[in-house]
Amino acid sequence: MSASAARLVELARLPRSRIALSLLLGTLAVGFAVGLLATAGYLISRAAEQPPILSLTVAIVLVRFLGLARPIARYADRLASHDLALRGLGRIRAAVFERIEPLAPGQLDGYRRGDLLARMVDDVDALQGLYVRGLGPPVVALVVGAACVGVTAAVLPAAAGILALGLLVAGVAVPWLSAALCRTAGRRQAVARGALTADLVELLRGAPELVVYGQEEGALARVRELDRELSRSGRRDALVAGIGDALTILVTGLTTAAVLAVAVSASAKGTLDPVLVATLALLALASFEAVAPLAAAARELSATFASGSRVLALVDRSPAIEDPLSPLPAPPRDATVALNGVTAGYSGEPPVVRDLRLTLAPRRKIALVGPSGAGKTTVTRLLLRFLDPAAGTVTIAGRDLREYAQADVRRHFAIAGQEAYVFDSTIRENLRLARSEASDAQLRAVLRRAGLDDWVASLPDGLDTQVGEEGSHLSGGQRQRLTLARALLADAPVLVLDEPTAHLDPATARSVMDDVLDAADGRSVLLITHRAEGLERMDEIVALDAT
Amino acid sequence: MSALDPRLVRRARPVRRLLALDAALGVAAALLVLAQAALLARVAARGFAGVPLAELTLPLVLLVAASAGRALLSWGFEVVGRRAASDVLSQLRLDVVERRLRDRPAALDAVESADVATAAVAGVDALEATFARYLPQLALATVVPIAVIAFAAVIDPLTAGLMLLTLPLVPVFMWLVGRHTERRTRERWETLARLSTHFLDVVRGLPTLRAYNRGAVQAERIAAVSDDYRRATMGTLRVAFLSGTVLELAATMGIALVAVTVGVRLVEGGLGFEAGLTVLVLAPELYLPLRNLAAQYHASADGRAVSARLLDLLDEPPEVVPGSRRPPDVRAVPIRLEAVSFSYPGRLGTVLDRVHLELAPGETVALVGPSGSGKTTLASLLLHLAEPTSGRITVGGVDLAGCDAGAWRSQIAWVPQHPTLFRGTVADTIRLGDAAASDARVAEAAALAGAAEFVSELPGGYGTIVGDGGRQLSAGQVERLALARAFLRDAGLVILDEPTANLDRRSAGLVEEAIDRLRVGRTVLLVAHSPELTALADRVVTLTAGRLVEAVRVVAA
Repeated sequence: MSASAARLVELARLPRSRIALSLLLGTLAVGFAVGLLATAGYLISRAAEQPPILSLTVAIVLVRFLGLARPIARYADRLASHDLALRGLGRIRAAVFERIEPLAPGQLDGYRRGDLLARMVDDVDALQGLYVRGLGPPVVALVVGAACVGVTAAVLPAAAGILALGLLVAGVAVPWLSAALCRTAGRRQAVARGALTADLVELLRGAPELVVYGQEEGALARVRELDRELSRSGRRDALVAGIGDALTILVTGLTTAAVLAVAVSASAKGTLDPVLVATLALLALASFEAVAPLAAAARELSATFASGSRVLALVDRSPAIEDPLSPLPAPPRDATVALNGVTAGYSGEPPVVRDLRLTLAPRRKIALVGPSGAGKTTVTRLLLRFLDPAAGTVTIAGRDLREYAQADVRRHFAIAGQEAYVFDSTIRENLRLARSEASDAQLRAVLRRAGLDDWVASLPDGLDTQVGEEGSHLSGGQRQRLTLARALLADAPVLVLDEPTAHLDPATARSVMDDVLDAADGRSVLLITHRAEGLERMDEIVALDAT
Repeated sequence: MSALDPRLVRRARPVRRLLALDAALGVAAALLVLAQAALLARVAARGFAGVPLAELTLPLVLLVAASAGRALLSWGFEVVGRRAASDVLSQLRLDVVERRLRDRPAALDAVESADVATAAVAGVDALEATFARYLPQLALATVVPIAVIAFAAVIDPLTAGLMLLTLPLVPVFMWLVGRHTERRTRERWETLARLSTHFLDVVRGLPTLRAYNRGAVQAERIAAVSDDYRRATMGTLRVAFLSGTVLELAATMGIALVAVTVGVRLVEGGLGFEAGLTVLVLAPELYLPLRNLAAQYHASADGRAVSARLLDLLDEPPEVVPGSRRPPDVRAVPIRLEAVSFSYPGRLGTVLDRVHLELAPGETVALVGPSGSGKTTLASLLLHLAEPTSGRITVGGVDLAGCDAGAWRSQIAWVPQHPTLFRGTVADTIRLGDAAASDARVAEAAALAGAAEFVSELPGGYGTIVGDGGRQLSAGQVERLALARAFLRDAGLVILDEPTANLDRRSAGLVEEAIDRLRVGRTVLLVAHSPELTALADRVVTLTAGRLVEAVRVVAA
C-alpha cells in the first residue's frame, strides 16, 4: 500500500516546498491548540498558589498569544492543504492523460463499455484526497503526539508511557480497525446497492414498456424487495460505522483519567510539582486532537487507495504501438495506400479481419461494405496505426506503416463519420482540432463544403455555438457534417468516411452523402458503410464478410 | 443557515421518532460534557491540594464512565442517523419510481435513468451526512452552549458573563456562512464538476485527438485549465474559510480570556481552584459543537443536492391524468386523432401541430417523415403515455383522455424504437407481452417473430439470461424478441417504431417478414423509414415538422 502511495504522490509531482509548508502549518495549528489548553491549565494552577501576579506574566502572555495564533495557523493550514489538493488534482489529471494518450484507442477498449471510463475519471478525481487525508494528518499526528509525549516524559515518565499508549491506540489501532470494519461493510453494501441501482435504471428506462404491457406491479415488487434487502444490510452496517469515532472518544477519556491518576499519586508522593497535575491532564486531553481525524481519514483513504491502484494499473500499461527508431520521411501526398493480406483482431479473440486486400490509388473512391461486426472499424484503426496487423502489411507508398512516424501516418488520413468524436465545446474549437491556426475564413470555407454554412450563419453565436456533450445539441446530420468539415480542414490526402450516414433518415443520408463526395474531390476516399447511399459514385466496392 | 429543504423536512416525518431520539441523545451528551468537566476539575483540584489517590477513586471512576457514556452517545448518533437517512431515502426512491410509472411513464433517456437511479441509491451516503451528522450536531450546538453557560453561572457567574460576551460573535459567523459559503462555494463546486466533465470528454475523444495528432497538446491544456481553476477557487476559499476562523477565534480567545481572568482572581483569592479549573475545562466545549456544525453543514451539501434532485422529480406535474371509462374494443372501431397538438412543457416549439389522422380497424398505416418530425411523440400519445396539449384522440367516438389508461393499453402491442431488455431469461423477456403465457405459446410467438432460430442457438435456449450483465444480443435479435412480445400480446392495435432502423439488410428482411405476419387482423401503425417497410402498409402518411402534409393511398403490397 505504501509503495503505491509513494508512486501516486510521485505521479502528482507536488512541489516539496508546498508539502513542507502545509505540514508545518498543520503541525502548528494542532500544536498551538494543545499548547493553549496546557498553558491555561498551568496558569491557573500556578495562580492558585497565589504568587505575586508578575510571576504569571509569561504564562498570561503565552496564553493570549496561543489564543490568537491558533485560529490564524488553522486558517493558513486549511488554505495550504486545499491549495495542495487542487494542485495535485490538476497534475494527476495531466499525468494520467499523458500516460494513457499513447494507449488509445486499442488498449482502452475495455473502458468503452458502460461507465468504466467515467469511473476512471472519478478514480483520478478521488486521488486529490491523497495528501489532504493520507499524508497530512498522520504526519501532524506523529509530530504533535511525539512532542506531547516528550513534554510529559520530561516531568513524569510514567504518565508519558500511558499517554504514548493511548495515542498509539487512538492513532493507529482504532483507525485500522475502523477502516477494516467499514471495508467489509462497504463491500456488502456495494453488492446490494449495485443490484438495486441496476434494477432502478432498467425500470426507469423501460417504464413505458412496463406500463404499456401492464407489468408495472411486478417490477415494483422486485424493486421493493431489493430495497428492503438494502435497508436491512444498511442497518447492520450502521452498527460498525460509528465505532471509530466512539472508540476515539473512549480512549481519550480513559487516557486522560489514567494520566490524572498517575499525576495525583506522584504529586501526593512529592515526586511531581502539584502545579503540574492539571497541566498534564489538560495536555493529555488536548493531545488527542492530533489523532482524532485519523479514524475518518483511514476509512476514506482505503477507498482512495482502491481508486489509486486502478489508476496505476491503467497508467502502467505500456503502449503497444511505438515509433521506429529512425522513421522514414513523411510519405508524399499522392502515395498509394494498400492493405496486403491483412489479418487483424484484438488480443485473446479470433481475428476480426482476415486476409484483407485493398489498394487505394490517389484520388480513387473505394467503398468498403459489410454487415455490422464485419470489422469495418478495425480497418480504420489499421490505417491510422491504432492497431498493427497480426499478419500482412499496411503500406503507404509501398512502405510498411511501421516504418513511418505515427504522426506522419495520421497526417495522411482524415476521418469523418460515426467514429469521429465531437467534443463538448464550440463549433470553432471542434474544427480547429484539425488545424489549430485556421482562420475564420478557412473555417467558413470547409463548413460551406460540408453544407453547414447557412445553418452556422443562422446561429446567434455562430462559430462560438456550444455543441453539447458528444454533440448532443446537434441533429444527427449536423453532427456528421461537422466531422466532415473538420476532416476537410485537416487537408489530408485520404478521406476516411466511417458510416457517415448511420442513424440518418434516407433523405438526409442522401444529401449528406452527396455533399461529402462533392467536397472530397481531389482526395482519395475510403467509404465504410452498411448502407446503399453514395455507392453509385464509387470507383470500386469491396465487400467484407461477417466472420 | 437554513440547511434543510422544507420538502425534506416533511418527508422526514415518518422518522421523527428517530430524530427525537437524536435530540434526546444530544441533551444526554450535553449533561455528560458538564459532568466530565466537573469531575476532571475535582480530581485535579483535590490532587493539587494533596489528597491521596485512594480517596479520589469515585470521581475517577465516574470520569471514566462519563467518557464511556459520551462514546456510546456518539455511536448512537451515527446508528440512529444512518437509520433515519436510509428510511427517508428508501421511501423517497419508492415514491419516485411509483410516480414515474403512474403519472409520468414517458421514458427517461439512458443518462437520466442512470443519474436518477444513482441518486436514489448512492444518495444515502449524502443523506447520512445530513441525518447522521448534521442534525445531531444541530441538537448539540443548540443544547451544549446553553448548558455550559448555565452550569458556569452556577459555579462562577463572572465567567458565565464572559462567555455570554463572546456569544455575539455567533451571529456574525452565521452571517458570514450564509452569505459567502453557500452561493460562492456552490459555484466553485459546480465549476469543479464541469472540469471533471471536461476531462472525461477529452478522454472519451482520445482516438479523435490522436488521429489529428493533438493528444500531447491536450495534457498541457488540462494542466493549465486545472491551474486556472485552482487560482480562482483559492480566492473564494480565502474568504469562505474566514467564517470558520471567526468562530475559532471566539473559541480560543474565550479560553484565553477565561484562563487569564480566572488566574488573576485566583491570585487575589476571589475564586476557588476547583471552580476555576471547572470553568476552564468547560470553555473549549462552548464553541466546539458550533464549529463542528459549520463543518457538517458543508459536508451535508451533497445530501441537499441529492434530495433536491429526487424531490424535484416528485414535484413535476403528471403527464397522464387518470380516467375511469372503459375504452371500446379497438378491433371494431376506428381511432381518430382530431387536431392533435403537442409541445413539451418548458420547451419551445410544437412537436405536433393540429394533426388529423384516422386508423380504420384492420388497417396498416405507415408513418414516415424526417428525424425529429414528431413520429415517436405521436406514438406516445396513442399509447396514452402522454396527453395532447390540445385536440383529442377518440376511439369509436370516445375521448381517450377520460379512459382508464391500463384498460386502453391492454389492447395495444408496442415495439419501441429502442426496446428495453429487462434482466431475465429470454422467455421472461417475451412474456412481458403476456405474463401468464405457456412455454409453447412463448415459443410460437418467437417463431412468428423470426426469433426462434437464434434463440435455439443460444447456450441456454429460452432460459438464457439476457439484459444487463447477461448475454449480449445484437440490435436485430433484440428487435425480434420485442416483436415476439407483440405477437404474444395478441392485441388489436400494434404500434411499431422504426423496427428496422439499425439493422443490416438480412436482419431487416427477417423482421419485415415477421411484421407482415403480425399485421393480419390488426390495426397497425408503422413508424418507418425504409421503402421495404412502407411497402407493407395499406397507406403511407408523412409527418413533416409536426404537420401531416400528405396522405397517399398506395396499392397494398
